[in-house]
Amino acid sequence: MASSPIMSGTATPALPAHWRDFVALTKPRVMTLVVFTGLCGLLAAPDHIHPVLAFTAILCIALGAGAAATLNQWYEADIDAKMKRTANRPLPAGRMDRQSALHFGVGLSFFSVILMGMATNLLAAAVLTVSILFYVFVYTIWLKPRTAQNIVIGGAAGAFPPVIGWAAVTGDISALPVALFMLIFFWTPPHFWSLALFVRTDYAAAGIPMLPVVAGEVTTRRQIWLYTAIMAVAALAPVLLRLTGPIYGTAAIVGTAIFAALAFQVYRHRETDPANMAPEKRLFKYSILYLFLLFGAVVVDRWLLP
Amino acid sequence: MTPEEQDQVRARQKSRALVTGLLLGFLAILFFAITLAKIGVSDQI
Repeated sequence: MASSPIMSGTATPALPAHWRDFVALTKPRVMTLVVFTGLCGLLAAPDHIHPVLAFTAILCIALGAGAAATLNQWYEADIDAKMKRTANRPLPAGRMDRQSALHFGVGLSFFSVILMGMATNLLAAAVLTVSILFYVFVYTIWLKPRTAQNIVIGGAAGAFPPVIGWAAVTGDISALPVALFMLIFFWTPPHFWSLALFVRTDYAAAGIPMLPVVAGEVTTRRQIWLYTAIMAVAALAPVLLRLTGPIYGTAAIVGTAIFAALAFQVYRHRETDPANMAPEKRLFKYSILYLFLLFGAVVVDRWLLP
Repeated sequence: MTPEEQDQVRARQKSRALVTGLLLGFLAILFFAITLAKIGVSDQI
């Protein structure tokens, strides 16, 4: 631990970084959800796109997300070194020098945006640009180290993929992609705060003002419950606005009811030891499944009941 | 740098060069496929 900040910030490793570490910088596991929601936005669009161009659009969304994740780790290398969960990432572990990560992240950003513009259209490329810049400058650099509302506003960065997927096909942005954007936007706080509850000590050690660190656990549990209610409205909005069909409607009602039940358990729970935070861990895991379920239902609705 | 370290550096450079080569090959195929798809799209207009 003592050597981590030096390794992460300034030291140049003796060995050139392994290519697997460049892949690790892109956070492939987080990318899964980004790719899936982007793909759903693309498949839910009321138009057709050549499969090669569709593949390229999804590839660009993945590369853009990877670029943003890389730049996030480049900027936060010192913070990552202080947290158990992130200390083994390539930069804090000293397996890669910081400049390589910066060059890789910037290069990947430009490449993903230019390729998106070439293969699909300028609107998709523009929204991809905004999502990368928002994640790096607004979330990582500006909000995250300053305010407990970091993931509320910063959550917008993760909400762009379905809009990009939709725009890649249609060349415009209509009500459904905006509704899907809002769903991810309001899903992000309960998702991240349930995680923050059981890794609170990590965030506190790194000096990141996550809500449980700044406002305490009781407030966080109340906020999770509050944002779950707002998220429920966002999840049901596509049904109420008749933007989707009965399959999404059923998935949204059942899935959101389960989400709300789990969030209520978290709200009532008064445990402070992370080892005993089963409801919080359950909500975190279910929230990922929930997003997969609802986005999958949007596509099934579009393809089975056009 | 010891001979063992030199071998390690060489091995790592080799694996990076291999991956870069594979990526470039993939991109060449992808750009070719995009070109064909775009020509197909403009033919239909």
